[in-house]
Amino acid sequence: MTAHDLTLSRRSLLAGAGGLIIALNLPKAARAQSGAAQAFRPGGTASFAPNAFIRVAADNSVTVLVKHIEFGQGPFTGLATLVAEEMDADWGQMRAEHAPADVKLYANLAFGVQGTGGSTAMANSFEQIRKAAATARIMLVQAAAEAWKVPAGEIVIEAGVLKHASGKQGRFGEFADAAAKLPAPTDVPLKPPAQFRLIGKEGVVKRLDSADKARGKAQFTIDISALGMLTVVVARPPRFGGKVASFDAADALKVKGVVDVKQIGSGVAVYAQGMWPAIKGREALKVVWDESEAETRGSAELVAEYRALARTPGTVAGSHGDAQAVLAKAERVIEAEYVFPYLAHAPMEPLDGYLEWNAQGALARFGSQFQTTEHQTIATILELPPEKVQLETMLAGGSFGRRAQVSQHLAAELAMCAKAIGPNRPVKLVWTREDDLAGGYYRPLFVHRMRGAVKDGKITAWTNAIVGQSFFLGTPFEAMTVKNGVDATMVEGANELPYEVADFRCEVHTAKVGVPTLWWRSVGHTHTAYAVECFMDELLQAAGQDPVAGRLALMGKEPRLAGVLKAVAELAKWTGPDAGNGRARGVAVAESFGSFVAQIAEVSLGEGGEPKVHKVWCAIDCGIAVNPDIIRAQMEGGIGFGLGHVLYGELTLDKGKPVQTNFDTYRSLRIHEMPEVEVAIIASSEKPTGVGEPGVPPIGPAVANALARLGQGRPRQLPMVGGMV
Amino acid sequence: MAHTLSVNGRSHTVDVDADTPLLWAIRDNIGLTGTKFGCGVAQCGACTVWIDGQPVRSCVTPVSAVEGKVTTIEALEGKEARAVQAAWDTIDVPQCGYCQSGQVMSAVALLKENPKPSDRDIDLAMNGNICRCATYARIRTAIHAAARSLEG
Repeated sequence: MTAHDLTLSRRSLLAGAGGLIIALNLPKAARAQSGAAQAFRPGGTASFAPNAFIRVAADNSVTVLVKHIEFGQGPFTGLATLVAEEMDADWGQMRAEHAPADVKLYANLAFGVQGTGGSTAMANSFEQIRKAAATARIMLVQAAAEAWKVPAGEIVIEAGVLKHASGKQGRFGEFADAAAKLPAPTDVPLKPPAQFRLIGKEGVVKRLDSADKARGKAQFTIDISALGMLTVVVARPPRFGGKVASFDAADALKVKGVVDVKQIGSGVAVYAQGMWPAIKGREALKVVWDESEAETRGSAELVAEYRALARTPGTVAGSHGDAQAVLAKAERVIEAEYVFPYLAHAPMEPLDGYLEWNAQGALARFGSQFQTTEHQTIATILELPPEKVQLETMLAGGSFGRRAQVSQHLAAELAMCAKAIGPNRPVKLVWTREDDLAGGYYRPLFVHRMRGAVKDGKITAWTNAIVGQSFFLGTPFEAMTVKNGVDATMVEGANELPYEVADFRCEVHTAKVGVPTLWWRSVGHTHTAYAVECFMDELLQAAGQDPVAGRLALMGKEPRLAGVLKAVAELAKWTGPDAGNGRARGVAVAESFGSFVAQIAEVSLGEGGEPKVHKVWCAIDCGIAVNPDIIRAQMEGGIGFGLGHVLYGELTLDKGKPVQTNFDTYRSLRIHEMPEVEVAIIASSEKPTGVGEPGVPPIGPAVANALARLGQGRPRQLPMVGGMV
Repeated sequence: MAHTLSVNGRSHTVDVDADTPLLWAIRDNIGLTGTKFGCGVAQCGACTVWIDGQPVRSCVTPVSAVEGKVTTIEALEGKEARAVQAAWDTIDVPQCGYCQSGQVMSAVALLKENPKPSDRDIDLAMNGNICRCATYARIRTAIHAAARSLEG
């Protein structure tokens, strides 16, 4: 019997058996489940499943099936908060697990397919999941009313206990079976915000996944093992666009533990009994690469080409007035050019995936961020009907955009590895850190050329020429983001300013480069916020204006952005850029993914002249703040992630080859470089918007604007420390 | 060849090449997966275990060089461990959580050596553990909180 047979038989056992028996036989479920035994029946032993999102079991547990992948940003806890709120559940009975891949039930309402991205989880699910929970609540109340023979309207729920004035009371589990037999009501009312006891409240919920993660118990893809499973590493071309010309596996096959070597579409796969034999087998493998179509330009050549392109007319991405005419006549023109390197996402858990298959079906388990397209890709490559392919989303050790794969290259490679070795041979594909950093799908290299005019203390004109790669052209997502030749993700944050500038123009050049690129936490804002906020600060300085007051004076049509800027100035007790003691303060603001963030960074020059960021004040307006502490955590994390990269992050290509291949050269922020962070959350009744990405964009320009006040200028090329040129 | 390892108080014999890093013996041969792979070159600390109570990077420690008693996150116990994990829970330190086994192993080792660490002590003990989610501010807060709870 193969592992696959075992899986299928266990699943049929679960489907056929009664809930109580299963409950006795399975270990107690973790609160934040990432698969394991319960994966094959989402919701585990639940007897009440009123809809696709809620499961109530005999043990009173309420499990939320979360369609957004959990890799740290908190959707498990966030969506469970919404459900507990509507059901008046006790936090202790809440559980969360990933929903299976099923586009009919679990499409992201913003995309039309199942997937996570664009900081959309809360915005998407805020109403949808509360309606699902309110439905479950009504059905439980109705079941209790029938059992107790009292009007449903007389029953209340407090901390997961249904109560009636007669003294009758009971918990959800007691009514789960009866509720399951009732028809689900439609158009259920939602709890009015005035009655919220969890949403927006401090200290009332804790993350569902913290305890397991602090004890090494959370299950990630890399932790999967199965009977007969082989670990696979793949030798991939050293330059992007390279192909296998020939290979010699003789020495690789001599490595103890190596089982087989197969050529697949992305390179040569080494199959072994464990990771170390796989790595050693790959080292012993001899591959001759055909680089006739490989990209051979390096970062320095690309920067030179982009700089030249920025001086030629581009495609207009935004324009009003006649900025070029004003600049041509201006007495004082200020120019700045900003260069942004390729960046890797480098999530702590490198890319990986598990797949078992035979002619009857397949089960894939990995940190899938775009389930629908990855599911289709796996089914296509294995030549199986999609309904016979199960995709289980695992907890993932970070993504920062890396798992949101436009090309589905990981799912494809996983399926190719499994197909090449044949059925009934479960495989676990693992990328090493070197594979990750040298593997492309970077934040694209960008150049911004800015020109502005200042007259009588006012900014009169602004032009911005942007040069970079589009990661959407030629993909199924092209129609969604590319309009009139402009890829919105290249210019977002720069083609319209939140500031009133009379004459404005933004142009873009899309360079054709053979380096695979991808969105990276906050996408276009990773570079546009830096260019726009540094240049605005420079113009305000030239105009003799305060960075805060000067911005506010131009933000008349942006009340929410102005609101966070005022709030952060108040939080930091802003009196100007000079902080004394050799420290300076810089400010930056950015709207991204519907949320508004302002930050002030206090900076000095530390050892070896490196910028030392002491403290960051941050104000965010993300509409209704569902989980204030998770919002704070995302601002802290976004600031640390953004800061590490503007200070140290650079993936350089030398004649097309990635130079940085591990954390010794791809320098990551460490604990002693993390500033203190203080966050203010704006009270709001607007619909909730994202928090996973919006903390990132302002930190770079805030630090740069502080450095300018320390006499260092605003760094024109990132990273600030080291750097290519 | 066969190597005998003492892991979490139990003796395990693993039949692997002598250069096999302890990390992979623990994960692939012994089946304890709380210890994570992050870089393979002792740069990130995700693979931190203890050998005779001292934190080491298991990804660069060959099984042939392991003589002492190995402790992994699964067998962490004692008052410092309880204090650190309770603080991690209370402060909700983890985000993606993948590096946190290593963070906790380093933090508990620090508190066993130094029950009242300063910020500088924390920097020195923890700067080998990368967190790409940048949970550093909470890690610092949680270590201080754990130290305070051990005083009382």
